[in-house]
Amino acid sequence: MSAAHDDHHHGPAKGLSRWLYTTNHKDIGSLYLWFSFAMFLLGGTFAMVIRAELFQPGLQLVEPNFFNQMTTMHGLVMVFGAVMPAFVGLANWLIPMMIGAPDMALPRMNNWSFWILPFAFLLMTSTLFMEAGAPNFGWTFYAPLSTTYAPETVTFFIFAVHIMGASSIMGSINIIATILNMRAPGMTLMKMPLFVWTWLITAYLLIAVMPVLAGVVTMMLFDIHFGTSFFNAAGGGDPVLFQHVFWFFGHPEVYIMILPAFGIVSAIIPTFARKRLFGYDSMVYATASIAFLSFIVWAHHMFTVGMPIAGELFFMYATMLIAVPTGVKVFNWVATMFRGSMTFETPMLFAIAFVVLFTMGGFTGLMLAITPADFQYHDTYFVVAHFHYVLVPGAIFSIMAATYYWLPKWTGHMYDERLGKLHFWMSFVGVNVLFFPQHFLGLAGMPRRVPDYALQFADFNWISSIGGFMFGASQLILLVVVIKCIKGGKKATSQVWEGAQGLEWTLESPAPYHTFTTPPDPKLIHNQ
Amino acid sequence: MQNQSPTSSTKRLVRKLLLATVGMFGFGFALVPMYDVICDITGLNGKTSGRYTVSEADITPVSDREITVQFMAQNSAGMVWEFHPNDAQVKVHPGEVKVVSYRAKNPTDLVMIGQAIPSVAPNEAAQYLKKLECFCFAEQTLKPGEEVDMAIRFFVDENIPEKITKLTLSYSLFDITDYPESAPESVQEITAR
Repeated sequence: MSAAHDDHHHGPAKGLSRWLYTTNHKDIGSLYLWFSFAMFLLGGTFAMVIRAELFQPGLQLVEPNFFNQMTTMHGLVMVFGAVMPAFVGLANWLIPMMIGAPDMALPRMNNWSFWILPFAFLLMTSTLFMEAGAPNFGWTFYAPLSTTYAPETVTFFIFAVHIMGASSIMGSINIIATILNMRAPGMTLMKMPLFVWTWLITAYLLIAVMPVLAGVVTMMLFDIHFGTSFFNAAGGGDPVLFQHVFWFFGHPEVYIMILPAFGIVSAIIPTFARKRLFGYDSMVYATASIAFLSFIVWAHHMFTVGMPIAGELFFMYATMLIAVPTGVKVFNWVATMFRGSMTFETPMLFAIAFVVLFTMGGFTGLMLAITPADFQYHDTYFVVAHFHYVLVPGAIFSIMAATYYWLPKWTGHMYDERLGKLHFWMSFVGVNVLFFPQHFLGLAGMPRRVPDYALQFADFNWISSIGGFMFGASQLILLVVVIKCIKGGKKATSQVWEGAQGLEWTLESPAPYHTFTTPPDPKLIHNQ
Repeated sequence: MQNQSPTSSTKRLVRKLLLATVGMFGFGFALVPMYDVICDITGLNGKTSGRYTVSEADITPVSDREITVQFMAQNSAGMVWEFHPNDAQVKVHPGEVKVVSYRAKNPTDLVMIGQAIPSVAPNEAAQYLKKLECFCFAEQTLKPGEEVDMAIRFFVDENIPEKITKLTLSYSLFDITDYPESAPESVQEITAR
């Protein structure tokens, strides 16, 4: 068996086969992170096309149908290609080192769950070069737009989603098995770093809802090719059913993209405030409550489809209830910083911006939860502003914070702090100039997913586009920082950050190819 | 891990998680009949239920209330039939059986099959509109140029909430010539005749 052959490896194999055949959690983590970065730039390019077209009223650059392909592909690539793989990459790199395990529980499946992902995106983006064009029905692919009226290429999209789902499910099974079965002696559940906790809960969410997504695209496949009528009203189906099933997946999905971010921020803020995290236990329970509530709020995405008043009230109150555990978290982060000896290195800047801007996105979420008000906000730029505030300075800032925070541990070198700060401030200003005016556009009534708009929206769109170009360009700084850091720089110590706590900081920098082949000294495991 | 084959406890856990995955895939499909049941109970999607069977002697008109029932018709995208209600609205007492009709004409020189799908607004009124007979219960096949009157025999349930004084019954007509459910041969047969 080849496993026997692998047993006495001490370093990575050479050349391309190292990456193709690797079962090492650090290699696979790096693959996920690079893939995610490539997708981030691709999805970002689509966003630049959108903002360029919206720079001025009128149709300047692209056809409306191509514009729709851009909004759809931007959403799909960013959600499934950039944010989710980035978190899985971080989980691969960090979870084994944080819990004192030598590797993931199922290393071979780990290799597979990464390597099917590039093929999924190849399948999906190849439709851009086909005659019928890429999917143009929005990332939420509502039926019958995505069935009866879809371009022929929708089948490529369906199979791509199947593959992405399989990849996510395998990744989740691996993460749960690693966390539950491979913790070092002494690493009890309530001593686990919050990043591990939030990922454990996220993995359960993924296992619960990714199969439902697979189910809904399978139903689409049958409606399109095999004459069934799940969503076809003419045959007795119901398009609104699609929305219910989709959002049963879709709402937990948005927490899948934010819970690991909570874990990252809960690691970074204590380090740079030089205090222990305030309210560790309440953080764990708040995360679990948010995960539970995510299953009973899906219909707040579809208040306007027509629902009994009791249903609208239930989904409104359940949605507002989520503000309670989320508020607990924000309170805990602020309390951790309170009277701390804070320093403001790049990861901390991103983490603080996360707390402030994510909270703003949360507040607009509360506004949208108010059913009668939602009838006005529905499908306007207000919704666009809301979910970009929670996803860009929310999820993506946390991923960037994590990259700066753990980069010295991964590469063995300190990154260029000056460039890092430049990247932060350009991103911070850019993201606000980009998305803040969109609140006003939405409140004034500008609808989503339009390539052209009425003249009164021109000024805010102009500002928003300038912010968009600024934000987009500044992401290239991150690429420079990462490459510079891999190539060289000041040697990083094991501890890296003065206030850092946790098992990964007891390892030398860069972390050796194999770590914790023998369990760590239980004395190194601290109470949280 | 020095030995890469997973431990037995990991294998057990993975089996359980795979089972959960398969279960949730099934649950996604179970949502379809669940949705139908919930819609049937609550009238969530404004769909009326199928044929209501009751002996007409058992229906007693409640004369002190009057409910306006409005009729609407629309063609779904791509449907070319002329399709409209013969009465814009009627006033009924709850429990009183009424007959109204819609007119449809196939202006093309092809045999076509249409299917009408009902929807009631407000949604919660859907469950109180009982149909004894409706053209929407079957597919409609029309020869080139053929024109028909299609009947609905219905009554409004006396338990309809007091606040509802007006309800709208709307039909969307779909062209299902290429996907007939009951008689896939019929188009060719009628064309041949």
